[in-house]
Amino acid sequence: MSEVSKEQTVGTPAAAALGEPVPAQRSGTEDTFLSVRDLRIHFRTDDGLVKSVDGVSFDVKAGETLGIVGESGSGKSVTSLGVMGLHHAAPNARISGEVWLDGEELIGADPEHVRQLRGQKMAMIFQDPLSAMHPYYTVGAQIVEAYRVHNKVTRKVARARAIEMLDRVGIPEPGKRVDSYPHEFSGGMRQRAMIAMALVNNPQLLIADEPTTALDVTVQAQILDLIRDLQKEFGSAVIMITHDLGVVAEMADKLLVMYGGRCIERGTAEQVFYEPRHPYTWGLLGSMPRIDRDQTERLIPVKGSPPSLINVPDGCAFNPRCPYADIPKDNITRTTRPELTETGSGFGSGHFSACHMSQEERTRIWTEEIAPKL
Amino acid sequence: MAAYFIRRVFGAVLLLLVVSAVTFAIFFLVPRMAGQTMDQLAAQYVGKDANPDTVAAVKKNLGLDQPLYAQYWDFIRQIFVGADYKFGPDVQHCDAPCFGYSFKRHIEVWPEIVSRIPVTFSLAIGAAVIWLISGIATGVVSALKRGSFLDRFFMSVALAGVSLPIFFTGMLALGVLTVQWPIWSDGINYVPFTESPLDWAWNLLVPWCSLAFLYSALYARLTRAGMLETMSEDYIRTARAKGLKESRVVGKHGLRAALTPIVTIFGMDFGLLLGGAVITETVFSFQGMGKYAIKSVQDNDLPIVMGVTLTAAFFIVFCNLLVDLVYAAIDPRVRYS
Amino acid sequence: MTDNNATDSASVEPLLKVEGLVKHFPIRKGLLQRQTGAVKAVDGLSFDVRPGETLGVVGESGCGKSTMGRLITRLLEPTGGKVEFAGHDITHMSAGQLRPLRRDIQMIFQDPYSSLNPRHTIGTIVGAPFKLQGVQPEGGVKKEVQRLLGLVGLNPEHYNRYPHEFSGGQRQRIGIARALALNPKLVVADEPVSALDVSIQAQVVNLLDDLQDELGLTYVIIAHDLSVIRHVSDRIAVMYLGKIVELADRKSLYEAPMHPYTKALMSAVPVPDPRRRGAKSERILLKGDVPSPIAPPSGCRFHTRCWKATEICGTQEPPLLELKPGRRVACHHPENAEDQVPDDKVLPSAREAVEIVSVSKAEPASTTEPASKPGPVSKTEPEPDSV
Repeated sequence: MSEVSKEQTVGTPAAAALGEPVPAQRSGTEDTFLSVRDLRIHFRTDDGLVKSVDGVSFDVKAGETLGIVGESGSGKSVTSLGVMGLHHAAPNARISGEVWLDGEELIGADPEHVRQLRGQKMAMIFQDPLSAMHPYYTVGAQIVEAYRVHNKVTRKVARARAIEMLDRVGIPEPGKRVDSYPHEFSGGMRQRAMIAMALVNNPQLLIADEPTTALDVTVQAQILDLIRDLQKEFGSAVIMITHDLGVVAEMADKLLVMYGGRCIERGTAEQVFYEPRHPYTWGLLGSMPRIDRDQTERLIPVKGSPPSLINVPDGCAFNPRCPYADIPKDNITRTTRPELTETGSGFGSGHFSACHMSQEERTRIWTEEIAPKL
Repeated sequence: MAAYFIRRVFGAVLLLLVVSAVTFAIFFLVPRMAGQTMDQLAAQYVGKDANPDTVAAVKKNLGLDQPLYAQYWDFIRQIFVGADYKFGPDVQHCDAPCFGYSFKRHIEVWPEIVSRIPVTFSLAIGAAVIWLISGIATGVVSALKRGSFLDRFFMSVALAGVSLPIFFTGMLALGVLTVQWPIWSDGINYVPFTESPLDWAWNLLVPWCSLAFLYSALYARLTRAGMLETMSEDYIRTARAKGLKESRVVGKHGLRAALTPIVTIFGMDFGLLLGGAVITETVFSFQGMGKYAIKSVQDNDLPIVMGVTLTAAFFIVFCNLLVDLVYAAIDPRVRYS
Repeated sequence: MTDNNATDSASVEPLLKVEGLVKHFPIRKGLLQRQTGAVKAVDGLSFDVRPGETLGVVGESGCGKSTMGRLITRLLEPTGGKVEFAGHDITHMSAGQLRPLRRDIQMIFQDPYSSLNPRHTIGTIVGAPFKLQGVQPEGGVKKEVQRLLGLVGLNPEHYNRYPHEFSGGQRQRIGIARALALNPKLVVADEPVSALDVSIQAQVVNLLDDLQDELGLTYVIIAHDLSVIRHVSDRIAVMYLGKIVELADRKSLYEAPMHPYTKALMSAVPVPDPRRRGAKSERILLKGDVPSPIAPPSGCRFHTRCWKATEICGTQEPPLLELKPGRRVACHHPENAEDQVPDDKVLPSAREAVEIVSVSKAEPASTTEPASKPGPVSKTEPEPDSV
């Protein structure tokens, strides 16, 4: 298992990263394809420094799906933009940490080189396919463009490739629909076309940012099935960013729960769903109405609202909303930031959470107080 | 698409009819409402030594003795079939398109307008080319370098351009370039294109730039706002995620969408200018439509005012029609709705 | 009414009675803008809402559920049918006639950002209904507004703040406070939580719950999220292309759906339980998209996508019948009930209507077997998904 055993300390990213062997430098199907270490993306604004991502680390292997879960403003989308090198679009962005893609470090790399990797080795699909496709160009033209940036082929060859991709993602009459405009497609068809565009260069990493949030549930099922299918076929690594715990439960092998720009829990899907060890994760699970249970009791929501990213609390970001914040802890002040530490688990190693409460305390609260009510 | 086109043409024709009716009403109805009798109106055309017979003759000749709708119908009809004006024994035939006859100057209106169109067109087209290129270019650069020194500089200049009236900038340019540093030492005079294209362009350069300065300032601001909005769209992020070069992201994906609203405004501005750039023509003493319109208003020469108004309205409506069609070519969503 | 479920419905007079409700939006085309067709947004709905209950209305986009909400609150005028509220026929009432009834019927909207006027303080917003109705509450408007703000869990001191100073969840609370100002009997909520984050969504769902208990409200909650609907509703109407295809109480609907569409819809929802994808959990994957409501399919509107469709389904529209006590379904070949038209010839399209896919990703694809018989899954046993 290439999962890191110890989280780096806060504030010294370079030193910590040096001490950490980065597994992605070797390549191969079994190995880590993407490795992110202590990623920080901050934006200077007139109101103050927005710490959208503040020290996030994770690995994704080929053929594996990582789910990044969080509410709006948790930093999950900005994390993916940072990996793609797209954070520059916002003015005054500052990035630090390391992003290793297939053995190459991207943060310090030449932007022109990263541009060539975009769409080639790593691709992305977005939430709303209507606004994510250019309204003035045909679907085919947009796919052709994506193909020809990275391949020196004629328009004709690229068009044949576009039709092939449209066919592969299940668009009927691809030879005809290739000349349609995005607004002539239904929502599900548009997302299929987006996927065709993202996968046209056979990228080894696909980042899907809320790919089904704008879609109806039966169409969502089709799209998730398609992504799963394509992943099986091409063995690519997938990062699935979503707020929907149902979607990650179905898609993800590993999970990363984000809150206030930080990772607060990380592990396999089983670990996070069945033995969650962070009060925020408990809150998410308790907030969620269940389709699979006839539950008539009240939901158990998290009180309050998510923090503003300008003003994330100094210590634990979740502190102001945490029902257990007042439980006394040894040597911990409100400004001590909890680190991700490995949690003992019945589901094997690789389960990390960032909470000041002791392991025993959290295990007890989960098994006695939370789990029975869910 | 065909239905869209036909509907637009139909709408344009209807609009022109409404404009002509309103213009007609203003010039022919308002004096009546002000209490002037038909005799008094007719007397205006005769001159000082009016005797009742001549007045009656003019009244009949002009159709002033007929009901208003009949007069309007005659007015519209003569545009298409022409008309005859009788002056005692003389008959002045006015060929179609006949926009009336100036009894004050004893000339037909239409040839007068036609003779002034080249001046106005030369001015408008040249200025439009300059302001489109400079305005859009500065707007794009400002948007991409938002907040930079360049952006602030451009936008300050643009603010000046929007605020300074053309009779100030035009006069200043004229004074400086013909007197202070007499590059145009003979002054600036319109030379027809057919006579000498070089002199034509050379003499028009200063008016073009004066006129374009105002408009490019406006267009720079519009382009900047449009670009800023477009560049934050999701599809721009998609274009970047595909790995496109930034120049292509901006040029192909950003600019095309940002220009859509510019096309609309350009259609209106350009149409308006074709009807006469009143101040510019006056400042540079060009015998264009605008200057002609002002003069006829001062002379109270109603047929000419009518003719000029309708011609200007026609250009505006026509340009807007063109814009609608160009719009459909740019944005595929328009074609299908 | 053929309702023989004497325990609840027969004894109680419904608060809202809807019969054959129709709303068509005309489509105009061509040179003369002649009406060339109509979007049949709502096309014949009949249902009752009983006092104190929560009716959930669920369906995919374009099924007409939002239009239905605007019709029963008379924000839109129906094209046909009848809406009766507390014994008054409100179908074609004028704005003036409706005014007194507006106190009793209130609506909560989806978007907490656009439904509040940004230039008014929340005191003004929540107090507006009093002004409009000319009601002078006891102790004055300000005091009453502060009581309402407290009721929905906001700080009454924030009376003078503006909407932009509040988060999405708080804005939705403001919308709820405004709706409750005049002590309504019926509250119609159109996607009340879908714009909110998960943790905030739960707060609002709980608030709606509490308010119902406290004030004896009757809710019609319109949502696309089947999990939320399952949590909040007593009875549920499932809509497809302007029609109700199934209307049943929550428990039986989710445990044994009768309409094939209901079944497919539920099977499509991802379950937040990673273990399910390992085992034999399978999913009925509908193919294609919902047809256009401009030209809905003949007969049963679902027949073009249904794996059980037979000849009669394409020609004859199935009526919404009460096949079991308290359970109405519009289907010729319902699940979990007796086939209404047995031995009819299966349509060729039905064989390719759905895919049964496994949700597991580790195992190789066991997919794409087209349904050979009407019903790829056993008719009597409930789906594993729906348990």
